[in-house]
Amino acid sequence: MTAVSENGHRTAFVDNDKKPCGHGRMLRKEDPRFVRGKGRYVDDLDLPGMLHLAVLRSPFAHARVLSVDTTLAEAHPKVRLVVTGAMLAEKGLAWMPTLSNDVQAVLATDKVRFQGQEVAFVVAEDRYAARDALELIDVEYEPLDPVIDVRTALSPDAPVIRDDLEGKADNHCFDWETGDEAETEAVFARADVVVTEDIVYPRVHPAPMETCGAVADFDQVDGRLTLWSTTQAPHAHRTLYAIVAGLPEHKIRVVSPDIGGGFGNKVPIYPGYVCAIVGSLLTGKPVKWMEDRAENLISTGFARDYVMRGEIAATRDGRILAVRTQVLADHGAFNGTAAPVKYPAGFFGVFTGSYDIEAAHCKMTAVYTNKAPGGVAYACSFRITEAVYLIERIVDCLAYELAMDPVELRMKNFIRPEQFPFRTKTGWVYDSGNYAPTMELTKELAGYDALRAEQAEKRARGELMGIGVSFFTEAVGAGPRKDMDILGLGMADGCELRVHPTGKAVVRLSVQSQGQGHETTFAQIVAEELGIPPQDIDVVHGDTDQTPFGLGTYGSRSTPVSGAAAALVARKVRDKARLIASGMLEVSVADLEWEKGSFHVAGDPEASVTIQAIAMRAHGAGDLPEGVEGGLEAQICYNPENLTYPHGAYICVVDIDPGTAKVTVRRFVAVDDCGTRINPMIIEGQVHGGLTDGVGMALMEMISFDEDGNCLSGSLMDYLIPTSLEVPDWETGFTVTPSPHHPIGAKGVGESATVGSPPAIVNAVVDALKPYGIRHADMPLTPSRVWEAMQGRPTPPI
Amino acid sequence: MADDIDIRIRVNGLPRRATVPPRLTLADFLRVNCGLTGTHLGCEHGVCGACTVLLDREAVRACLVFAVQADGSDVTTVEGIASPDGELSVVQAAFREHHGLQCGFCTPGFVVSVTAFLAENPKPTDEEIRAALSGNLCRCTGYQGIVNAVRAAADREDSV
Repeated sequence: MTAVSENGHRTAFVDNDKKPCGHGRMLRKEDPRFVRGKGRYVDDLDLPGMLHLAVLRSPFAHARVLSVDTTLAEAHPKVRLVVTGAMLAEKGLAWMPTLSNDVQAVLATDKVRFQGQEVAFVVAEDRYAARDALELIDVEYEPLDPVIDVRTALSPDAPVIRDDLEGKADNHCFDWETGDEAETEAVFARADVVVTEDIVYPRVHPAPMETCGAVADFDQVDGRLTLWSTTQAPHAHRTLYAIVAGLPEHKIRVVSPDIGGGFGNKVPIYPGYVCAIVGSLLTGKPVKWMEDRAENLISTGFARDYVMRGEIAATRDGRILAVRTQVLADHGAFNGTAAPVKYPAGFFGVFTGSYDIEAAHCKMTAVYTNKAPGGVAYACSFRITEAVYLIERIVDCLAYELAMDPVELRMKNFIRPEQFPFRTKTGWVYDSGNYAPTMELTKELAGYDALRAEQAEKRARGELMGIGVSFFTEAVGAGPRKDMDILGLGMADGCELRVHPTGKAVVRLSVQSQGQGHETTFAQIVAEELGIPPQDIDVVHGDTDQTPFGLGTYGSRSTPVSGAAAALVARKVRDKARLIASGMLEVSVADLEWEKGSFHVAGDPEASVTIQAIAMRAHGAGDLPEGVEGGLEAQICYNPENLTYPHGAYICVVDIDPGTAKVTVRRFVAVDDCGTRINPMIIEGQVHGGLTDGVGMALMEMISFDEDGNCLSGSLMDYLIPTSLEVPDWETGFTVTPSPHHPIGAKGVGESATVGSPPAIVNAVVDALKPYGIRHADMPLTPSRVWEAMQGRPTPPI
Repeated sequence: MADDIDIRIRVNGLPRRATVPPRLTLADFLRVNCGLTGTHLGCEHGVCGACTVLLDREAVRACLVFAVQADGSDVTTVEGIASPDGELSVVQAAFREHHGLQCGFCTPGFVVSVTAFLAENPKPTDEEIRAALSGNLCRCTGYQGIVNAVRAAADREDSV
């Protein structure tokens, strides 16, 4: 264990004798354009003759659409096109499939089912005119009772939201179950201690700084559609457009240019994209759609909204025996959840966390409500945020009941290193982990014992200080194609690598960065494997015409899947380079040794050829060995054999003002273990961002509704995200437990901090409130909600 | 609708003349009319700060200023921060060196805000730095890299 200091902040690591891959800290290739304002985001695109699209949205949460009169809008001198649901219905485009095999209205035909739903759109010469014309459309609605509270959605008298679905007579969306119910019940029956707690993970929103948008350009001569859009999964989108719009796939090019943050918000296909395509098909001009902030918050993919009852069974001395949970999931008006087909609740099944327990069971019911669709987003790794929040909250509730230190309780129950690969009671096979040293390092960095002493002193003085712990196991890198697909597309990822004659290279990825630094780190992976300097390797991503097929970036899957592909494609090129080198050095392949960047004859380091010389030979004059084709390139499609399971230990320190109930996060120590670390600087930035998400969710953020279904969080004045003043200087550290099945031992990490930090913060707040006898309070822990809790009136946030 | 109005604005040192509708925002004028797309729109209601530009050396929300209000003014956008030969300013270089950006969408607003802040307060305390950054939202960095970048830029400008 070595403590190092970077930028004046404490950083420490435990390196289990594994050499980290890559070139270590490397400044980003992306930055020079971004700091100069030379990035190219969707809204920066300007094409000749380009028109602008604006969407008319429902003011009601639930209402019948009686009529839509577009006469005045069409008469506006700058308007080129007005389209209603009825017009789309004639073309069979009024509904589209969602990523969960449900359907979602592109434009409402029969009813509107959430406030902000798309009802009509206008295409005009400029954005201002398009917005003006929206006000000229007259829609007659017949308001219906909305379903807002998830707990009453299944009451017999609840209005039926999805009467578009044949025979649908209630708001039931799906049931899902995992684990062994009988076995779990038996373990609970013999437990010394059972703790039950109702825990809500409120609806929040990823709110990327750049909203969603697209420019559609249909070339009527070639019959070719180009769509620039804010998508995290350009290839999957292309295929779905082909299926939905009936355009041949080779005539569709989807380009995801620079994206101003995704955080899962930009995985689904939104009606706005389809409207832009329709607008361009009908006008023959490029059409731009760019939503505003309110539209982003009220209509695009929300996150969380799980109402959970968590139960934990243990022995008196703190041995956790079993966990079970019942979940009510609010999916909004259409099930648009982005998740592999066989996983309607995502990977919530990992709710057993980092602990070796005897039994577990989960029963989930998902329902429709009159709200926007979504669910899986905001760095959730397919519902692992919810799973980790549940287990880490309920373990703390157990610690409270047992009057046991929360770190000690966790340490006592960790899966031990020799148990990996470890099959959980819900069937997940964790690849590797060494949990205790990670927890120990966090304790050491935080000065845990001193913090507890400080807390005792402060408590005696009536001051409110809390220390919160969370320890999480993530599951990222979806996924093995036998188990995981999105609408039938297996979750593998491609990679192509081409080495030019002069030894420079281009690597083409199927995943798509939204700020995670792929242009830098993927060059580093290839550089490490081939010995070509990373500056000499360009990374191409986001353009379906230029890159191999794959499923895109979300669920922290880029490094696990595409990162593996990049390493393996480089090795494939290296294998061919070895054949060429054997010809150049006139020795057999077996006599060659690889030393990063060159082959030399075994025992004779002087007789060597560099990868650059090999590249020139591959393209140049002179013979190549028998059977070797010219050129130096390869491609691969990587099918991961398992997910990767990074882990982390977090400690948060909060102070609460007893007079105002305002929570201040004073310190936050985060130790992450994502196996081999490709670029420590970038990982650290990912962690900082995720921890800030955690502060947002735990203390500030919530998408809320009034009883009529009006969304009360439609602006950044109402939906609060952390500024520089709400977050502390982050303190980070790491351990290295490589993934045994990954080619370079690397695991994903992008979402770990978002997953792991909310429970640490909430545990800290609840710990601070211990003198008040409070065992649980629901997020977001705003001053008013903490105040209510201090008065003995904690309320769930719905 | 009100008639278009003639305006003259100096943008990044170059004089621009245009005839614009009075309701055109300065942000749209810069992005659409001038083709300077570094100024970004993250909320269009003055909260996020991604549209921050310098109006007569003062940092303003370009989404909350009409282009006609900037008539006769001097505007600097992120494109005008680097030196004419393309060398990054101290602030821009520090953002890169300290990993103060990821998706890059908030970056232009931050670069402009910080440039104005350090011009006014060249020797800020850490508390002043965080307060100065609080009008710009970032969803990626957790602000740490940005705080480090501002600290480093201040220290470096100090030593020059």
